[in-house]
Amino acid sequence: MHVIDLVARKTTWEIIAPNLITLISGLVAFAALVVLIFLLAERTSVKAQEWVKYLVFLVPALALLIIGLIYPAARTILLSFMNANSEEFVGVENYIWAFTRPEILQVLLNTAIWVFVVPTVSTFIGLVIAYLTDRMKSAAVVKSLIFMPMAISMVGASIIWKFVYDYEPSAKKVDIGLLSAISKGLGMEPPNWLLENPLNTFLLIAVMIWIQTGFAMVVLSAAMKNIPDEVVEASMLDGASQLKRFIQITIPMIRASIVVVLTTITIGTLKVFDIVRTMTGGNFQTNVIANEMYTQTFRSLNYGTGSALAVILFLGVVPIILYNIKQLRLERTER
Amino acid sequence: MASVKFQKASRVYPGGTVPAVDAIDLEIADGEFLVLVGPSGCGKSTTLRMLAGLEEVNGGQILIGDRDVTNIPPKDRDIAMVFQNYALYPHMTVAENMGFALKIAGVAKEERAARVLDAAKLLDLEPYLNRKPKALSGGQRQRVAMGRAIVRKPQVFLMDEPLSNLDAKLRVQTRTQIASLQRRLGVTTVYVTHDQVEAMTMGDRVAVLKDGVLQQVATPRELYETPKNVFVAGFIGSPAMNLLQLPIVEGGVQFGNTVVKIDRAVLSKTNAKLVTLGVRPENLVVSGNEGISVEVDVVEELGSDGYLYGSATIDGAHHELVSRVDGRDHPHKGDTVFLTPAGGIMHLFDVETGERLN
Repeated sequence: MHVIDLVARKTTWEIIAPNLITLISGLVAFAALVVLIFLLAERTSVKAQEWVKYLVFLVPALALLIIGLIYPAARTILLSFMNANSEEFVGVENYIWAFTRPEILQVLLNTAIWVFVVPTVSTFIGLVIAYLTDRMKSAAVVKSLIFMPMAISMVGASIIWKFVYDYEPSAKKVDIGLLSAISKGLGMEPPNWLLENPLNTFLLIAVMIWIQTGFAMVVLSAAMKNIPDEVVEASMLDGASQLKRFIQITIPMIRASIVVVLTTITIGTLKVFDIVRTMTGGNFQTNVIANEMYTQTFRSLNYGTGSALAVILFLGVVPIILYNIKQLRLERTER
Repeated sequence: MASVKFQKASRVYPGGTVPAVDAIDLEIADGEFLVLVGPSGCGKSTTLRMLAGLEEVNGGQILIGDRDVTNIPPKDRDIAMVFQNYALYPHMTVAENMGFALKIAGVAKEERAARVLDAAKLLDLEPYLNRKPKALSGGQRQRVAMGRAIVRKPQVFLMDEPLSNLDAKLRVQTRTQIASLQRRLGVTTVYVTHDQVEAMTMGDRVAVLKDGVLQQVATPRELYETPKNVFVAGFIGSPAMNLLQLPIVEGGVQFGNTVVKIDRAVLSKTNAKLVTLGVRPENLVVSGNEGISVEVDVVEELGSDGYLYGSATIDGAHHELVSRVDGRDHPHKGDTVFLTPAGGIMHLFDVETGERLN
């Protein structure tokens, strides 16, 4: 045992050492390159420095953008017009497939439900909690409890909620499902939760809401703190009740943050993958676009349909981002 | 429109033991312009906020008209307030800002628009009605804040240092406008400022506060001519009154090399051997060789007048003295001159209690 251990340790180090050397020499080379570029840039004439400056700072960022974002995006779009193994062009066939196959239509419908329900519900709950805890003593405790799920990975959260939704048909075994326990307590026979459509989609959505509410609350609560006390007081003196103040002063004044929260959650929801993958694997009609994209590309190895779904997803995000930018511009007229 | 009454109203901040506002008794008549003035931290803003309902009243009562508002929430007090930073609603236009209270009160749209327009005309805000506060200058924002208060026709106006964010010239101009506007509208107004010039020029009456305690409430002239105690004497007037602790002698008070004659009846009110003598700069004149010998530190020339700042040593103690002199013909830095009170205009205060004696 002792000998093997020693040998293993030695080999581990032998594997690490060359990599470490490569890493260090790489870093040194990078630093040297940066220094060299700056030295060269400095030596150019004052006039040339004007555009050398742009070059030095923009080129690396641009290069990374092109390699990491623009090229893959362009290639995905290209692939979406090609067949499964990307050998010949098939026109819009993949898109026709996406919008005609009933199981894919179900995927699109599910995604639409997700995108509608998750942002609105989690932003609404987050907004209400933020308002109720605003200027409250020991709000930090409440807020950190609600923010906690945000720190859990989606896979972790899904596993936690799988326990909540657990179904045990056999009366002999211990039933650990919280939801089952509640429904039994109310005198109802619990169904096999994750198999019931369309209920199961909403059960998965609940997990995402649980995660995102904390995010909405933290951002909105920070925005509310930014409202000057005097404005709140002015509205009190103007005769506004608590509810009117919330609707006519608080919400309009944090509108920009609400838009940011809504759009951020919407984009996150459009891309939802882990929850579905972990809890149902996309079965029982709970599939969503990102999971189907993964299945098409890496399970069925159909790059054409996978890419087409990716493009559809991308096109879904674009209008949301445009709206976001428009709202931020509007905000500038006020502050 | 209504009168306002503070009856032994106090405010103790949570966790504190010393009251920020200590049993204030104050009556403000219907239509009166009352200024609350005092150094920072004296409780003047707290007093105003208690009246607004933004600050809890821990003792005593506050009445608006005959109504006890001590425990009534701000929204039901029918009070309009102008804040130091104006507190305009950034997401509303000028017209919406001014009409917000009316909208909440359920006033019909046409009447609302008419009243907003009236106020806008009064304040020269007509061209800006559709702008948002961000697109306005500081002076315009200040006027919108005023407009928001006027439109409501409230029982009481409260103003919390509304001019302190304006530049010096605009401040003087707006000061006059607010005062004349208030007189025209006849709405009871409580105005908070730390600037005693504002207090003196605007108020029908001025209330001086220190450490949460009301020192004196009087017309500006009374405050200036007969300050009730040393604090008020030193606080009101610019440059401040000269306050010297001088020995009582036979027939009066020893003032440098002369004796200032004081009625025996006045001096008999104190048991101390010293008395605080106050002389305003305009009553302290350069004389030939009588009075306190002063070395001139600096002379501030303000055109027609000048202020002579000098230092003197009386009984080993160092004193700074200010005297108003002619703007063109005055002693110069380094000169030694004698200063003496003129015209018998003096203020005498007890050394221990600080209360006025004469």
